[in-house]
This record gives sequence, C-alpha cells and structure tokens, in this order.
Amino acid sequence: MTVLFGQLFTGISIGAVLLLIALGLALTFGQMNVINMAHGEFIMAGAYTTYVLQQSITGAGLSLLVALPVAFVVAGTMGVLLEILLIRRLYARPLDTLLVTWGVSLMLQQLARDIFGSPNVQTRAPDLLTGNVAVPGGLTVANNRLFILALALAAVAALTLALRFTPLGRRIRAVVQNRDLAAVSGIPTTRVDRTTFFLGSGLAGLAGVALTLLGPIGPTMGTNLIIDAFLVVVVGGIGQLKGSVIVAFALGVLQATGEYLTTLSVAKVIVFVAIVAFLQWRPQGLFTLRTRSLA
Amino acid sequence: MTAVTPAPPSTAGGAPAPADIAPPSRSGDRPRLRTAAGFAFGAALLFAVAPLTLSDFRLALLAKYLCVAMVAVGIGIAWGRGGMLTLGQGVFFGLGGYAMAMHLKLADAGPGGMPDFMQLYGQLDELPVWWRPFASPWFALPATVLLPMAVAFGLGSLVFRRRVRGAYFAILSQALAAAMVILLIGQQGTTGGTNGLTDIQGFFGYDLDDPVNQRMVYFIIAGVLLGLLALARQLIHSRYGELLVAVRDSEERVRFLGYDPASVKLVAYVVAAGMAGLAGALFVPAVGIISPALIGIVPSIEFVIGVAVGGRATLLGPVLGAVAVAWARTALSERFPGTWTYLQGLLFVVVVAFLPGGLASLWALARRRDAGPERSRRGWPVLGRRRAERAEVHQ
Repeated sequence: MTVLFGQLFTGISIGAVLLLIALGLALTFGQMNVINMAHGEFIMAGAYTTYVLQQSITGAGLSLLVALPVAFVVAGTMGVLLEILLIRRLYARPLDTLLVTWGVSLMLQQLARDIFGSPNVQTRAPDLLTGNVAVPGGLTVANNRLFILALALAAVAALTLALRFTPLGRRIRAVVQNRDLAAVSGIPTTRVDRTTFFLGSGLAGLAGVALTLLGPIGPTMGTNLIIDAFLVVVVGGIGQLKGSVIVAFALGVLQATGEYLTTLSVAKVIVFVAIVAFLQWRPQGLFTLRTRSLA
Repeated sequence: MTAVTPAPPSTAGGAPAPADIAPPSRSGDRPRLRTAAGFAFGAALLFAVAPLTLSDFRLALLAKYLCVAMVAVGIGIAWGRGGMLTLGQGVFFGLGGYAMAMHLKLADAGPGGMPDFMQLYGQLDELPVWWRPFASPWFALPATVLLPMAVAFGLGSLVFRRRVRGAYFAILSQALAAAMVILLIGQQGTTGGTNGLTDIQGFFGYDLDDPVNQRMVYFIIAGVLLGLLALARQLIHSRYGELLVAVRDSEERVRFLGYDPASVKLVAYVVAAGMAGLAGALFVPAVGIISPALIGIVPSIEFVIGVAVGGRATLLGPVLGAVAVAWARTALSERFPGTWTYLQGLLFVVVVAFLPGGLASLWALARRRDAGPERSRRGWPVLGRRRAERAEVHQ
C-alpha cells in the first residue's frame, strides 16, 4: 500500500513538472497553433534568472520568491520579442514555426553557453524546501515536489480564471475561435496575440524557476523536457486546459509506474506506445472543441 | 491553388484531365533529356572528379555527407512533396545503421564470437537472441531497409488512418526519436549504450582501414545515391507523385475524389524511411560507428535543415542542401565552434521564415520571374496555400 502511494506521488510530481511546462505550451501551441521549440529555452532563461538573482540576493527563500515574478517577465519578454520578430510572419504556417523556433532555440542555447559557460550550474534551495513531510501512513513526501505541485496547480487556477473571467481572457478566446470575426468586432488581434505569447512564455519562465529545485541548470535543460510537454498538449486536446491537466498527471503516473515495473528506458517506450494507442481512440486529443470540420 | 480547368465529363471521378496535371516530363522530350544530362553530369562529378581531386580524408568526409543526402532525398519526398514534416528520420537512419553495424560487429568477432563490448558492459555469456539473426548477411542486409520501412509502416498506418497530421505528426515522429534514443542508452549491455557500436573493422571481408577499400565504400555510396535520386524522380513524376502533391495541398479534396489519402501518405513515409535506413547502413562502413548521438532529436532535425535550405519540394535541392550544410558544419565548426551554432540557427530561421522554397526557389525566381501557376506544379509552396493550411490546423 505504501509502495503504491509512493509510486502514485512520484507520478503526480512528474506530472506537476510536465503540467507546469505544458501550461505555457497549451497557450501558445494550443490556443495559437504556434509550435514554439524555443519554449524549452524560455524555461532555461527562467532557471538562469533564478541563478543570477541568487548571486545578489543571498537568502535562498527570498531569492526564490523574487525569481518567480522576475523569471515570468524575463521569459515573457523574450517570447514577445520572438513573436514580433518572427512568429508574427508565420501564423499561417504552423509547421514552419516549429523549424524557425528550433533555429532560435539553437542560438539561445549557444548564447547561454557563451554567457554562463557549458558546465551546469546549481542554485541553493531554501531550507524550507529541502526536507520531507511525513504523511500519515508511513510515507514521506519531498517538500520541493509539493511546492512544484502547488505552483503548478496555482498556475492552472490563475490561467483558467484569467481566460474565463477577465476581458483579456475573453479576447483571447474570441481570437482563437474565429480570428477574422474577432478582428471585425474590434478586438486588436495583434495585441492579443502578443499578450497571449507573453503569458505562455512567462509560464515557461515559472517552470524554469521550479526546475532549479530539482536539478542542475544547463544550456540544454529545456530540450529534454519540451517533447514530453508537447505530447501532453497533443494528447490533452488543442486549446483545452483541462485536457492538459488530466493528461500531464496521467502520463506522469504511467511513467512512474512503468519505471517501477520495468526500467526508465522501457517506461519511455511504454508511454510513447500508450500515446499512439490513445490517439487511435481520440485522434484530436482528450477534449476537443466541436467543429464542423471534416477531420 | 492554381486555376483548375473543369475536367471533361468522360474523365471525371478520379482521373482529372491529363492536360491539366501532366508533369513536365510527359509534355516533351527536352526535360527528359535534361534530366539524363543532369544525371550524367552528377555521375561524372561523383565518380571521376571527386575521387581524382580529393584526398582520401576529404573523400571519406564526402562519403559521409552523401549518406546524409540520401536521408534528405527521402525527406524531400515525405515533407516537400507529401507535406509530412518528419522529425524522426534519425530513427530509420539508426535502425539501418544498427542493423548493419550488428552484422559487421558479429563478422568481426568471427563465428561463435561475441562483440567486445558485451562482456565489458553486460557481462553476457552468450549472444542475445535478437542479435543472432544479424550474423547472416542474408538477414542483415535486407533488414537495413526493411526494418525501418516496417516501423514506418506500423506507425504511419496507425496515425495516418486516424488523420493525425501536421504538427501532431511532427511531434509524434520526434517523440519516436526521443524514445528510441532512451531505449538504446538504457539497454547498454546489448546495444552499447551511449557509445553505440564502435570500432568496426571489416566490411564483408574487406579491411576498412585500407584506403583502397574506403574508396570502394565511397563508390558504393555515390552509386546508391544516384540510384535513389533516379527512384525519387520516377516517383515524383508518376501519377502517384501528382497524387501525393494533391494530398499535401488539399487532403479533403483528394478524399472526395475517391482516393485514400492515408495510403498515399503512408507510401511516401515508408519510402522515406527505407531511404534513411539504407543511408544509415552505408554510413556505418564509411564512418565506422553508429551511436544514439547520431540518431536522436538533434540529428533528426539537422537532416531537415539541409532539405529546407536546399529546397524541400525539388528533387536536387535536398541533396545539394544536405551536402552544403554538412560541409559548412565541418568547415566552420573546426575553426569557430561557437559561431557555427549561431550560423546554423540563423540559417534555419532565415531560410524557413523568408525563403520557404529554399535556395532552389532563388534559382527558379531568377529564371522565370513571371511563371505564375506553373510554380505550384513544380512543387514549392504557393502563397494561396497558406490560408488552406491555417484552416486545417484549426480543426
């Protein structure tokens, strides 16, 4: 029983990391059809922001708290720049955004290498987040994992509320559903695109801060995570936040269970096979907007 | 969309008027002659000029580039013609490469012997079952092509039937590459792990250290590349080739005409996989190693770079682009390691964002500025198509 709960929690914490990364993608890929391969590098930017802040702010807890908003703005600004310089021209060619942003991600990785050096760097975690919490039932749960779970859920809640109830959220949804009609209704679609991109990229920055709690920071840290996050959005259903949430945790648990029963590498293959099998059942993802399209 | 003249009633329903879709080759002998001349020129370049002018070292490098070019020919068909951006060609390249390397390792070890690394990492006493068939060249050689094709068939028939396409397909193919690399690294005892299969000495009885035999490998590679190009040309200029472009530009219309777009795409994907497998198999004797680092996500995307730079929808563009990019990497990364990464990124950004037809479109633009609808027939993306694409991803 303890083992089962232990595995479940490991799965949920893998899922929380996935969710945090996928959330930004759910906005930029899910809502706007932009496949941003540089998203991983925005995560890296968030992580390095934490590292830089820790050089000047010595208290690990305080620097982490400051890092959250700062990383959000840093990564968000990078996202807006990318949107203005390149993606704006490519909205009609989603596959090409993938290739272009991959080129950007190459350059950003090299930039990080030139600034911070190739070797990984490390941040100090606040004391509060280094220990474990004992849960009734003889189980211990790592504090940093709990923090990431809380952060992911808070981000989901904030994003859901923002999309549903704020004027900006309404505009985003309007542009996503019918860009031309939204433009005719007087919604400044260009500005909405840019804001959406700021939010999505900013969320990547948050994910970067969270990842500093789990491991070292390096120029290629984003690449390893980005594919899994894309899969979460694809399987969850384009433009559907709740799909991403469910699928992130489901894949996390599947990965953890697979790892427990077999090995890490076999678990990855199991997850991949499960995804392809799932897409046989629901090719458009878990939740889809009903449309009259042919596919 | 090009202007479509209404088909006469007699040919309606699956067979559009031939005059409208006839590929350039059928309209006269001149293009065919030009292709033949082009092939002769390419053959002369590959078989006479290069071996006579290049040093052994440079020729071995060229052999490596030509292997990358073979993958590019396949990507040109699947992506340029079929619109399927496959970011996992490294998987098929790797399957072909590993199949060949397994055979060569076993041949090096001699009858009953085991590859050196197995005792080292795995402490295995006997050969794993799935290694055994590769001892026979009659199994291993066909496997280098058939194994990748089988995997592509499996994945392709699953995803294309369920109309998984566009970005979904690209991401899935990329995930396949990621999964394969992790699997290979994880099974270190039987696959060599991160190191891969290294230190390959012989090639069907010939010693690979001998420059004469290296030359022979180069000639085989050059010959196979020309063969694949001829095959690709036949495919592109056949009825099937027209159908493939039609599926790329408007899948629904093709479906309404009574064709099955899934099968059309599947054929292109499987052919591309076979070409990548063959390339991987020939890469092994040329370079002497196959490892996860050569077939993962990054190399898989790098295969695509060359194709994009050269011109995804043309026949020769992918080949020239792949060779040029691979050559530039060697030339520049030797001298300025950091700069090359920036350049590579910049190249990708500039070409894809501002010159989607690749360098081939510059050439074509210079040659016939006012070609009009002709351009779409020759295959590179047309402005009018973009709206259709946008509509598609919103589904």
